[in-house]
Amino acid sequence: MEFNENFILGCSAIGAGLAVIAGIGPGIGQGIAAGHAAAAVGRNPGAKSDITTTMLLGQAVAETTGLYGLVIALLLLFVKPLLP
Amino acid sequence: MPNQVMLGSENIDFMIHGVFSYQFFGHTVWITTTHICLLIVMILIIAFAAAAGQAMKKATEVPGAFQNAVELIVEMLDKMVKAVMGKNAAKFANYIGSVFIFILICNLSGLMGLRPPTADYGVTLPLGLMTFTMIHYNKFKHKKLKGVVRELCDPWPFWAPINLISYVAVPVSLSLRLFANVLSGVVIMALVYGLLSFIAIGWPAILHVYFDIFSGAIQTYVFCMLTMTYVTDAIGES
Repeated sequence: MEFNENFILGCSAIGAGLAVIAGIGPGIGQGIAAGHAAAAVGRNPGAKSDITTTMLLGQAVAETTGLYGLVIALLLLFVKPLLP
Repeated sequence: MPNQVMLGSENIDFMIHGVFSYQFFGHTVWITTTHICLLIVMILIIAFAAAAGQAMKKATEVPGAFQNAVELIVEMLDKMVKAVMGKNAAKFANYIGSVFIFILICNLSGLMGLRPPTADYGVTLPLGLMTFTMIHYNKFKHKKLKGVVRELCDPWPFWAPINLISYVAVPVSLSLRLFANVLSGVVIMALVYGLLSFIAIGWPAILHVYFDIFSGAIQTYVFCMLTMTYVTDAIGES
């Protein structure tokens, strides 16, 4: 079977759009982290700087899976590995 | 055939460009914009280090402004390493400090109009592989072969392949995290300057503050923190 170049590019664009759906997960995760950090600051305002550091570190690690999706999307759009 | 997917996007440019090529044992090797930006970053860091060395040679009891700044940086890095690695801090403070300064200046170089070198997987993968080498060198050094084999077969011996995959995943995830974070900033800045070039006056500075300074500093901190955690874990209690 033979595919037209435009068809492959269109499917790559759809795939890139689907790949960035991965952003949902980190969004939920970072929100949970931020919510718990806010609760922790409310309970213990003295430890605010420690809590903020821990929260930012955890959020930066949680962000990774979303960024994998972004990398896949960018590969599909700009490197175009599926084109013959 | 013109690329119809990216129609109307001629101004968007965040790719790595070749500057010139040469033949190396039959291969065409390119010097790219990443090399040039790395060179600029290196010159900056080396110049700062040389100036700091000169300032420290004639250090005074009451420090001047520059000596004060250098001492502040070194103390901050030492404190960061000490907080995670405890009694092993003295051996690793030099490496972690150098990597911290290098990645930080690389990420901040977006402010100088350069393409950050860390937005090239060829720069972040070696950084991840250096961490990988350090982890396993220290593991063999401190836990000996017996301890390493025992750790590989942690719950049961047939678990070994899964543990091996998790060892390989460490440098990949470390390097991809740094790469993708910086790259996402570069892409968004390129989109803003490419598509909104006629109204992109002044206000993109806010985006620079977030993507270059905030995100760059956080990712630098995360990279060094994770490297230290993994190495401390590899050394163990002994």
